[in-house]
Parts: sequence; C-alpha cells; structure tokens
Amino acid sequence: MTTITVEASELTRKYGGRTAVNDVSFSLNKGEVLGFLGPNGAGKSTTMKMLTGNLAPSHGSVEICGINMMEKPKDAKALIGYLPEQPPLYRELTVDEFLTIAARLHRVSRQHIRKAVDIAKQRCGLTEMGKRLIENLSKGYQQRVGIAQAIIHNPMVVILDEPTVGLDPIQIRDIRALIKELGGEHSVILSTHILPEVEMVCDRVQIIHKGTMVFNGDIDVLKQQRHGSRLLLGLKQAPAQEVLLSIPGVEAIEVLKDNLFRIRHTPGAVPTEALIQAAVSQNWGLFQINPDQTSLEEVFVQLTFQDAAVA
Amino acid sequence: MIVNIARKELKGLFSSPMGWVILALLQFVFATFFVMGVDQYFLTMSGMMRPDQRMGVTEFVGASVFGVAPFIMLFAVPLLSMRLISEERRQQTLTFLFSAPLSLTEIVLGKFFGLLAFLSASVFLIALMVLSLNLWADIDFGYLFANLLGLLLLVASYCALGTYVSSTTQQPVVAAIITFVALLALQLIEYFLSGDPSNTLANLSLMRHLEPFSRGLLDTRDIAYFLLFIITFLTLTVRRLDADRLRG
Repeated sequence: MTTITVEASELTRKYGGRTAVNDVSFSLNKGEVLGFLGPNGAGKSTTMKMLTGNLAPSHGSVEICGINMMEKPKDAKALIGYLPEQPPLYRELTVDEFLTIAARLHRVSRQHIRKAVDIAKQRCGLTEMGKRLIENLSKGYQQRVGIAQAIIHNPMVVILDEPTVGLDPIQIRDIRALIKELGGEHSVILSTHILPEVEMVCDRVQIIHKGTMVFNGDIDVLKQQRHGSRLLLGLKQAPAQEVLLSIPGVEAIEVLKDNLFRIRHTPGAVPTEALIQAAVSQNWGLFQINPDQTSLEEVFVQLTFQDAAVA
Repeated sequence: MIVNIARKELKGLFSSPMGWVILALLQFVFATFFVMGVDQYFLTMSGMMRPDQRMGVTEFVGASVFGVAPFIMLFAVPLLSMRLISEERRQQTLTFLFSAPLSLTEIVLGKFFGLLAFLSASVFLIALMVLSLNLWADIDFGYLFANLLGLLLLVASYCALGTYVSSTTQQPVVAAIITFVALLALQLIEYFLSGDPSNTLANLSLMRHLEPFSRGLLDTRDIAYFLLFIITFLTLTVRRLDADRLRG
C-alpha cells in the first residue's frame, strides 16, 4: 500500500507583482525520492520554503501526511526534516550540543535524545566530530551537520535543498548513498541543478522553470528520452549517404564534423551489426560506433526551452 | 518548548565571551557600589545625631546599589539583546527554529526568558550581597523584595524592547544602538517634562514607575505598566516574525 506523505496543491507565491511559483501541484508517496530540478531562480527554494512552512503561500495548500500546514503548523512541521540552502548552524556550539538542541526542539523524548544524536552522527559520518565546534568544521562537514539536523527526529519527510553543494566527490558519493538509504523509510524531496545526481538517487523528477512545473514524472521517462534511437558513427572514408541509407533500419543521417555521422534508426531494430559488416567489407575506415545518448542536460534544456517557446 | 528555547539561548550566551564579560562587569560595578554603601553607612550615620535622620542599613546600602542598577543595565541589556534575533537572521538560522514544531510565540517567549534568566543571575547576586548584611544586622526583607522585583521588572522591560528591536534588523550593532537610544529616551522623558508633572507622556517613563518600588512600595499600577510594556513589545516581535513568513 502506498501512502501519500506530501500533497501540494496549486501552490502559488507572489513577491509583490512578481510570481515566483505559479500553480505547482504534486504528491509524494512514502519511500519515494523526488528530485526537484530547475535552473537558478526557477522557484525551487521558494517551493521548498512553502512546503516546510517557512513561507506562507499566496494561494494553495500543503498537506503533510494529511495534516494541513496552514491549520496545524506545529503538527505538520513535526513530520518534516528540512535542510535549507544555507545550513542553519549555530557556529559557537559543538556538533553534539547543536544536535541535542535540534533533537529537543523536534520533540524527541528525553530518554531518546542521546541515542538519536548518536544515530544521526553515525549516518552522516560525524562520529569523530562530536566535540568539535561547528565553526571550525570544513564546509563539507558543516553540510553533514545540516543533514544530521534534518534527520535527527526520524521524520516522515526529509526536504533537502541542494545538499551536495560544496562537497568533495567522496563526500558527494556518501551523501548520495545516505539519501538513497533515507528513501527506503522516509520520503525525500531533493533540489539540485546537478543532473546526474537526480538520475542516480531519484525515483521521480520534477522540472520547474520560471515558477511553473514543466515536467513531472518517473525518472525512467527521462532516461528513455535520453537513450533515443540513435547511433553515433565515425567513418574515415565515408561512402555516399544513399549507401548508408540503404542499410536496413537506417532512417535518417545527419552529418557532423570530424567524419562523424548521427544515424537515426527504427526503434527496436538497431543496425549496428549491418553497419559494421558493411564498413569492413567496403573499407569505410570505421573508427567509432556507439549509441548516441542525449545528455540529460539536453533533455533539460529541451523541456525548459519548450516552455519558453509556448510563453 | 519555551524552556527548550530558553536553554538554547542560555547556552549561546554562556558559550560566548561576551556573556561572561558582561556578567563580570555587572558584578564588579554592583559590588563596588555595595562596598561603598556599607563603607559610607558608618561614616554618615555617626554624624547623624537626631533619630529622624537615621535610616536602616538595608535602605542606605540598597539605595546605593539599586540606584545605580537601572543605569548600568541600560548599557548591559542592549549589548546582550542585540544578537537575539538579528544574528539568527543574518546567519540564516531562523529557518532552523521556523521549521521546528514551534509556534512563533514560543520562539519569542523562549528567547525573552532565556535572556531574562541570564540577567537574573546578576540580580540574584545583588540579592545575595544585600542578604549577606543579615549576618551582622537585621535587614528589611520587604524593602529588599520590592526593590528586587522592581529591578527584575525593569530589566524584563528592557529585554522585551531589545528583543523587538533585534527582530527588526539584520545588523546586531544597529539593534544595540536603537535599543540603547530608545531606552535612554524612556528614562529621560521624565526630566524633559519635569516642568509639567501632570503630562501624560511622563507616565511613559520607566523611571517614574520604578520609583515606588525603590521606596519599598508595591503598586499594582506600576506592576501593570511593566507587564503591559513587556507584553506589547513581545507581541510586536511575534508580529514582526510572522511578517517574515507572510512576506518573505
């Protein structure tokens, strides 16, 4: 059985006359990781602020596990762990002190506070850092403290605003693994503009552009768009295009620079073998053949561009 | 929950050198005035022949310590209250409190009581000093109690104003300056209007309402004034923070 943990309907936020977020609706099931994508200033952070009750929407509503954020903010907030863009840390405190305060403020019962702090530290790789002042930690470790703070009370929904910014590659890998792990028992909403990250950790993707949702669907849909039915072919002594077109399966040819060709083929019938055989027997000087993947960036640009064209 | 925020605030104050320095300075000034009071008591009283000129040691020493306290606190409170909300705003840690299951009232009250508890340490030490006179003399507990209550209410009013000013800005220094000027104005308002004692504005003066306490008099009108003063500014603070959420 799937249970809906986050339900946002018709969220709209206006700053003065400018609409930062316009009519965004979505819902999230338990155990899902939702990726929130968008260029800078698209309204990702604003949407997250509204989801966590830090900002009142001009219109629309947010429900966390069926509890309305407007009507019962305290109960709704108790179910959320939130890491804002800039991790909210009291620099003059040690990691242990800060996490204890976080646990206390998030209604963790007195007997469980120490255990909760230990678990959160362990999960975020902070076990050695307990006695250090947050001020003296590196940016990456501060980010981890921020995440630890968000998961300390074992919330139903974890909302992370650009959690991997400023981390080194190894830390990024750790954090991604942690997010994956969180996705098992919690719902996670994650905003980022790093596309491979979305592909790696998210089950679902939403692309937001200029405050409006332009894509909302499974990550697989996006992946399919990526792995289109195209081949990249490199030939030193290329034959006439008609020759290539005569090979069964080949539908269209686009000539690129450096003796490269992009071949569109009929979906399902990949003409790789036929092409190689022809190339060898007729001595075309084959030096490269591989499936042509549109980068996720391109898909992203396409989606956001479509929107601009409509508007 | 209010207690938890107050504890957090206290932890923050005690983990910065600023808090300790101010507490130490406060104690130094109050102790100096206390010692001077005790010292001068014998000098002055030995010169007083007629019984109606004589006064009790509590009143004499108390007048010395409690007379200077409002003035000293005028400097101390803005320095402590300035960071209360403005610093959180600047460091973007307010989000941490806003996303926790807390109401704005709880946040504001927690911060206010945290700061007040910190300053109460200083008031408590004053009480201990004056009480130590009881080892050699019979002190007037009623007089002491009225003065302590008055001082505590006054400090609480300072804190409430400081909390509000701190919530309006991102710069702690600006908050400190505005708080100081506002408090000073509320102190001096009586001097400016001394020619016309019936002036309504003079009733706003904090000192006018503290004066009965310093004579050992508990007047509900004055207690009500202080309480209203505190509630007004704390409510304004809540509204200011709510505006953050609404307007962003």
